[in-house]
Amino acid sequence: MKRANDPIFWLPFGAGGVLAALFGPALVLITGFAAPFAIGLGPDALGYDNMMAFAHNAIGKLFLFAIVVFFLWHAALRIYHTLHDFGVHVGTVLKLIIFGGSLVATVIAVWTLLAIGF
Amino acid sequence: MSGRKPYTRSMSGWWKRDPFFTAYMVREATSFIVAAYAIVLLVGLVRLGQGKEAYDGFMQALQSPISVVFHLVTLAVFVYHTWSWFQIMPKTMPMIFISGKRLEGATITRTGVAVAVVVTIVFLAFVMGVTR
Repeated sequence: MKRANDPIFWLPFGAGGVLAALFGPALVLITGFAAPFAIGLGPDALGYDNMMAFAHNAIGKLFLFAIVVFFLWHAALRIYHTLHDFGVHVGTVLKLIIFGGSLVATVIAVWTLLAIGF
Repeated sequence: MSGRKPYTRSMSGWWKRDPFFTAYMVREATSFIVAAYAIVLLVGLVRLGQGKEAYDGFMQALQSPISVVFHLVTLAVFVYHTWSWFQIMPKTMPMIFISGKRLEGATITRTGVAVAVVVTIVFLAFVMGVTR
């Protein structure tokens, strides 16, 4: 019997779902409103120096990786199923776009975080 | 070759027939916005890696009206995601038994939403504290 490869997708799906549920609203408030318009935060709260320091820190790195990558894989799996449910046939090309795109984004995120250094 | 024309039921609008289906589809459709937000964050990360000038440009772009509208929609979507995530949690997690009685779904949902509210407040306060 062929082993299902679903669990490999469930982990980032569940992790992304939990992270989005716990941190999503606060993150959007910060990156969308508080930081760019300095509401409740300093004008340089998410400025270059602060974010560089954050990205250099191991925990900060891990946080940035988890948010970007798990959000994406969570969304990718749902989009895949949503298209199917809307009656769109998800063939090889669409699968390649959805999951290949997520993979490319993952590689870019890891590459950038490594390039920033420790 | 045969002249068979098997009847295939149309799928258009099936999810409008029942509020339960509609809620399911709305929940699933939020994923498009979650993906868009993740990509915005990824762009920010890449710009950060490219240096101060690139990153400053990204932060400037966050002040544009399009960005504000996008983040308003995204905020609504994430709040809905949080609520719906814990709404379905009782169905997605293994059953929990406490002294022989099954933990009620409503309790799991309430606990989850309460945790999310606490995390949101603590996280906001933390970011305000460390960036001051």
